[in-house]
Amino acid sequence: MNKVENNKAWFLVLPMLVLVSFSAVIPLMTVVNYSIQDILGNSAFFVGTEWFEKTLNDPDLQGALLRQFAFSFTILAIEVPLGIAIALLMPKKGWQASAVLILVILPLLVPWNVVGSMWQIFTRGDIGLMGYGINALGYDYSITSNATDAWVTIILMDVWHWTPLIALLCYSGLRAIPEAYYQAARIDRASNWAVFRYIQLPKLTNVLVIGVLLRFMHSFMIYAEPFVLTGGGPGSSTTFLSQSLTSMAIGQQDLGPSAAFSIIYFLIILAVSYVFYIAIMNMQKDKVNTQGGA
Amino acid sequence: MAEITLSSLAHTYETNPSSPEDYAIRKMDHVWHQGGAYALLGPSGCGKSTMLNIISGLLQPSEGDVIFDSRIVNDLSPEERNIAQVFQFPVVYDTMTVFENLAFPLRNIKTPAHKIAPRVHEVAEILELTSVLKRKAKNLNADEKQKVSMGRGLVRDDVSAILFDEPLTVIDPQLKWKLRRKLKQIHEQFNITMIYVTHDQLEASTFAEKIAVMYEGKMVQFGSPRELFERPAHTFVGFFIGSPGMNFLEVAITDSGAQYGDIAIPINPHQHAIAKASDSGNIKLGIRPEFVHVWDDRNDEAFEVNVKDVEDLGTYRIMSFYFGDSLLRARLHEDQRVPQKKAYVSFPEQWLTLYIDEYRVEVGNE
Repeated sequence: MNKVENNKAWFLVLPMLVLVSFSAVIPLMTVVNYSIQDILGNSAFFVGTEWFEKTLNDPDLQGALLRQFAFSFTILAIEVPLGIAIALLMPKKGWQASAVLILVILPLLVPWNVVGSMWQIFTRGDIGLMGYGINALGYDYSITSNATDAWVTIILMDVWHWTPLIALLCYSGLRAIPEAYYQAARIDRASNWAVFRYIQLPKLTNVLVIGVLLRFMHSFMIYAEPFVLTGGGPGSSTTFLSQSLTSMAIGQQDLGPSAAFSIIYFLIILAVSYVFYIAIMNMQKDKVNTQGGA
Repeated sequence: MAEITLSSLAHTYETNPSSPEDYAIRKMDHVWHQGGAYALLGPSGCGKSTMLNIISGLLQPSEGDVIFDSRIVNDLSPEERNIAQVFQFPVVYDTMTVFENLAFPLRNIKTPAHKIAPRVHEVAEILELTSVLKRKAKNLNADEKQKVSMGRGLVRDDVSAILFDEPLTVIDPQLKWKLRRKLKQIHEQFNITMIYVTHDQLEASTFAEKIAVMYEGKMVQFGSPRELFERPAHTFVGFFIGSPGMNFLEVAITDSGAQYGDIAIPINPHQHAIAKASDSGNIKLGIRPEFVHVWDDRNDEAFEVNVKDVEDLGTYRIMSFYFGDSLLRARLHEDQRVPQKKAYVSFPEQWLTLYIDEYRVEVGNE
């Protein structure tokens, strides 16, 4: 066999490779570099896994990690069903559709730290509509002294800010379902619930995969909003992972442990996203035919 | 089970229809008898799908009534009319298995489980889906998905009628033929009214006992495949049915017969009398290529014509020739001599049809 080897195509990948190197690989390798050495000025000592062990055993970081998971799963559990529900209720055509679409999208256009500031003012007891309103109802509401209040407020803020993303994705997914499916369902006498369960929801799977992954990654890295709203308090009750990391890296200049922590952080997001993806994709597969019925 | 009557039915998608052209279906009366196998044949956009959706109840007609037996069902939904309908493109419930898909219409009407399983297996057997019953519908190929769609239409045995909207469009030709046979079998077995929409004349004539041909929102003929072939009631039927379609000549009527350009064509005296009495300027003569007589030699009856070309289609040939300035076609059978350049043709009177304003003039002796 005289196969002509032509590997010129690899050169086409080169620009991409260079770009990705600068944007991702090189910074990441710097972090790896810091995570396994103790660097002071010009001297560096190899420390092996010491920073990793130290980070993993740090009770503050463990607490932040738990809070982070609690937060991410809570907002997913609220935003996904709520987003689907909003998408189902949105008008399908005419000017109403455009109007509602714009209204729904608005929160997505607000920058993160502005969201934090808005809610900070909104929840103040003296001048904030929400804070004042709740106080007037007789409940002593304060996000600076009550951890539960702070938590509920942060979740509320995130739901307000990001449910539109899920709604938007689902809305586009719903519009893509051909009319024949609804007609067939009517012919088959499917109930409204069955139409949702067997037509709409399955057809939304793909957009929901994107939505869930985006929302998970995003919420797991949340920083600006709680930082502005509560500053991580009261105490450390709303200190999430990225805030712990920042205070460790910038505040205390612990570059080694911070680097190790960054890598662990990154791997957690990667692992959880992967599990989500596999789980959702697996729902569509055939059950394994043990009886060989295929 | 029902006889479906369309009474003064018309439908338009416009809010203020002003001319007949605004109607997708122009005013018509029609009866689909219980237990018939019908085809609704016509080109794209002639109103066949509209008609089907009106019968099933997915659309409300803008005028007239849809009557099942003696009950007006205009305002009833498809589920109340108890209609099954199969669509052009496969519709399956992705997350369900094939079995669940087929069982779905039965479960929705609360059929007891012990009755569902045998029925589903029976339908799966007919459509050769038994081997994939446990698989998720999402993972099937297009053919199988469409069979599942059809299966859901067939699984209920109490329906008033089953409507098919070009169900075999996405199926490959081999399987197409097989499925059409199956549908026919099912029809014979269960005696359910079936209406089958298609734009394919072959599909229509192999499936149906009677074919309704639709053209521009009108039902221009309703008859057996043979009637459509031998006595097309409208020039469109002549053109649309048959391959190639009917030859038409726009003629003037003289005192002795018909005149095309400067060629006189003898016609049946009865037709001549009717045509003479008509004041229409739109008079056509039609003849099927199959009925054009091609002589081997010159004779008194035959016209001498110039041959354009002869196409060999395997078991027969199609000869195109100039008659005056019209291009006409004649069918030559396998062992007939192939004319070169000149040919001698005649139009046998019994196959020469007269059309006034596009509609056929019925002749007494038929």
